[in-house]
Amino acid sequence: MDPFLTSRIVTDILGGLTNGVIYGMVALSLVLIWRSTGVLNFAQGAMPMFATYVGFALLSYHFSYWWCVVACVIAGVLIGGLTERLLVRPLYGKPEINPIVVMVGYLIVLEAVAAAIWSSFPRSLPSPFSSIHWQLAGKPFALSPFIVYEIASGLLVMIAVAVLFRFTKLGLQLRASAVAPEVSRLLGVRVGRLLTLGWMLSTVVGVITTILVSSNFFSGLTPQINDGIFAFGFIAAAIGGLESPVGAIVAGVVLGIVNQFVTDYVNQNAVIIIALALLVVSLMIRPSGVFTKPSERRV
Amino acid sequence: MITIEDLTVTFGAVQALRGVTLVAETGKITAVLGANGAGKTTLLRTISGLKAPKSGVIRMGERNLVHMRTEDIARLGIGHVPEGRGVIGEFTVEENLRLGAMMAKVNLQQGLDEQYEQFPVLGERRKQHAAKLSGGERQMLAMARALIAKPSVLLLDEPSLGLAPLVTAQLMHTIQSLCETSDLTVILVEQNASSALRIAHHAVVLHVGKIVANDTASVVAADENLRQYYLGLVE
Repeated sequence: MDPFLTSRIVTDILGGLTNGVIYGMVALSLVLIWRSTGVLNFAQGAMPMFATYVGFALLSYHFSYWWCVVACVIAGVLIGGLTERLLVRPLYGKPEINPIVVMVGYLIVLEAVAAAIWSSFPRSLPSPFSSIHWQLAGKPFALSPFIVYEIASGLLVMIAVAVLFRFTKLGLQLRASAVAPEVSRLLGVRVGRLLTLGWMLSTVVGVITTILVSSNFFSGLTPQINDGIFAFGFIAAAIGGLESPVGAIVAGVVLGIVNQFVTDYVNQNAVIIIALALLVVSLMIRPSGVFTKPSERRV
Repeated sequence: MITIEDLTVTFGAVQALRGVTLVAETGKITAVLGANGAGKTTLLRTISGLKAPKSGVIRMGERNLVHMRTEDIARLGIGHVPEGRGVIGEFTVEENLRLGAMMAKVNLQQGLDEQYEQFPVLGERRKQHAAKLSGGERQMLAMARALIAKPSVLLLDEPSLGLAPLVTAQLMHTIQSLCETSDLTVILVEQNASSALRIAHHAVVLHVGKIVANDTASVVAADENLRQYYLGLVE
């Protein structure tokens, strides 16, 4: 067997890719909401966390992993839709600071309520895929069935979102509602419904991310599960450009790989420092994001 | 046919439209003229449901449009080309047209072909982003996007704004042809009174929210007082 496949560099790249896909998905969900409603959703980690807890409740009734996943997604659709209708819609047209304050408050409330109902002890959703790494020529390889499942699911979600936006009528309407709501309404597009749908979609992307993270044998679902992931996802979205779904995904993946190298070659504690440094440098050079043209920036 | 009765629209304490009454007949062009701030754009935005009136009635046939949602009014067959054209710059020409066709029960490819035939330059640039089109091309795209849905009423807000005289003349000719070849009802808001009066059947002159003239286009065009004081057409 080629020793390269089990080398430190390949191991780091594959390990980083696993985290990077997760960061990319969080960044994508942030971008979806920013593009459709102009709201920077600080509760983007907490909403999927809450929906995942609701879906996990089915585990007590001995439902299978996949039924729990379906339940989590349905809960995500409901939480995303209700949040937009009841909490966010009254804030449209208000000063930009209002939704930020409301969403930070919402984050705190959701985490506190989740802890009160389900406690802060990690809950694991036993994945149908093994977390034991494959061996290549007697040496441990960076991949396991679960990691492959994690990366494949992430890529599938990203491709599905891209296809939806690029090639479907619904995607065209979602994009139009985001960039030109008044013109869209003049063309008969039901913008209000599409904004709700945008929040639902974004929350579902977050739910799938949360399920993947909490299905991991080494972690588990807690009310704060997405806090750290959200921070890296936010950094990725800012580096890639809040207007660019592709930028968010690419920046997320690159950030995951960089973090893995920093962990391996420097120190785990340096990871957040390096990530923030990258954010600062990127904002100094390209304030609107690496993948966003300055003219696309909303004003 | 669009019938407007005693329409009053306010912005806070300011009355933008004061008791406006007019009829836009089927298959005819009704020009709405007046200076800046006369209430022309507000009139169109109120018909489309973008602005709620304080009082009055707007009818399309027997149906009262007041308090209906903009998207529902559009789905009834009222196309609105807003001031500044409203093309979506980051969409391609074809995506803009596809968006226009979406709510209408029309065959997309047939609709696209018709519009490319009517506006050949759009066919040549179908894959180009709308932001890269010239002012005249954008106006054509905005018109085509409204027409692809086969509206029965077309509201045009300052279509000649920022266009060269030759392009304006071509545009007015296109509007006239559309009216002649179909039963399209057009309400044409214009500051360029002479161009609008040349193709309109009927004309309404607004002055600070009130109608000061409401007659056939030829009568309005011949009225020296209107020309001088309200339309800025001095010989």
